[in-house]
Amino acid sequence: MLAKRIIPCLDVRDGRTVKGVNFVNLRDAGDAVELAKVYSACGADELTFLDITATVENRGTFCSLVARIADHISIPFTVGGGIRNIADVAALLDSGADKISINSQAVAKASVIDELALQFGSQCVVCAIDARRNAQFDKNGEEGWEVYVHGGRTPTGIEVVSWAREAYDRGAGEILLTSMEHDGVKGGFAVDLTRRVSSAVGIPVIASGGAGTMEHFREVFTDGKADAALAASIFHFHEIDIPELKIFLSKHGIPMRTRQ
Amino acid sequence: MRIAMVKYNAGNTRSVLCSLNRLGYEAEVTDDPKLLRSADKVIFPGVGEASTAMAYLREKGLDEVLIHLEQPFLGVCLGMQLMCSFSEEHNTTTLGIFDVPVRKFILPQEYKVPHMGWNTLSRSEDPFFSHLEGESWCYFVHSYYVEVGPSTIATTIYGPLSFTAVLHKDNFYGCQFHPEKSAEVGATLLKTFVEEL
Repeated sequence: MLAKRIIPCLDVRDGRTVKGVNFVNLRDAGDAVELAKVYSACGADELTFLDITATVENRGTFCSLVARIADHISIPFTVGGGIRNIADVAALLDSGADKISINSQAVAKASVIDELALQFGSQCVVCAIDARRNAQFDKNGEEGWEVYVHGGRTPTGIEVVSWAREAYDRGAGEILLTSMEHDGVKGGFAVDLTRRVSSAVGIPVIASGGAGTMEHFREVFTDGKADAALAASIFHFHEIDIPELKIFLSKHGIPMRTRQ
Repeated sequence: MRIAMVKYNAGNTRSVLCSLNRLGYEAEVTDDPKLLRSADKVIFPGVGEASTAMAYLREKGLDEVLIHLEQPFLGVCLGMQLMCSFSEEHNTTTLGIFDVPVRKFILPQEYKVPHMGWNTLSRSEDPFFSHLEGESWCYFVHSYYVEVGPSTIATTIYGPLSFTAVLHKDNFYGCQFHPEKSAEVGATLLKTFVEEL
């Protein structure tokens, strides 16, 4: 049976992780490769690395980091942040990334999804969507959500479920859905929105933003129909231990890849 | 030990190379028939699309070379699908090493395609599995699947469908999942392939 996936996310700037990470026994907690190894060893199903490097000049550093990660871990990983075109994607995939995630550029020019899917295959194109509540989009008693870009700073006037559907129609292989309302609050995922997006597309949906307890994960997998759940700080700061989380979810009947 | 990887226009050679490196082996990526014939093991990786991959293999004359290889040969994902007889992906005639077709997933709506993520194997007895124990979780990502046939040695279930996860006939093996991305289980299988088959 296909397992639901648990995905830690690491923010990287100039080749180093930036969000504080609270692991013991790490030679260098800022080194993304060291962290990737720890997560891989504790049963994370995939990893996501987001490059938040401010300058284009430092993009090369990210590619060499991707290559070092690929050398050391044997689980799939996605990279994202600042991807504009086929050349950016080719460089990251050549460095060993399995998937890339695209966000602002896809909104600016939706045909980039078609181009990437055609060139590299849908399986490696993740469309990331940052969503925020906007009552103007309320319809038929359902809460409306708006797509934001540029790290959540810029509203786009685009409704989230229809954008997810368009990304799917254009050939995206996966949707990474982040609720900015829930992100960092630890009050649970945007379960209702996740369920609506998941039902609207025929590709996997990764829920992100809001994880605070193990119960939140259970909710988003069952009620939210998420295929995967992504979180950052609760894993980095050991508030939730991945092996324990997987045991908890298994006990609640959610298929999980558990350790041999 | 000389391991050759078939060079063609399909991705993921790098991650297979990395996983071999972690096991302490090097491999050469080549489309030279002489080097492929003389290697101790041949790995046929694959991420991509069937018809363009087959067109490339035919153009290079590799289709004839691959089917006559006699050393242990392992196809991965698209590589395995190309070893079958026919693929519904752009209705492509493929290498025909395994007499079984490749079908497009047609599943009830709640089952997403691609089949993406970790799934388990139901294995029969085979030397390839001699070092696996218990549940074996492997990483899959594919939109087409190989029907269950006489050469199927492991299956996987997705929704109502049971399909081939591993094929074996003579010196030819194929994995639908990505051993190079399947953590310890994948490393164990690659190690078995390189060292014992």
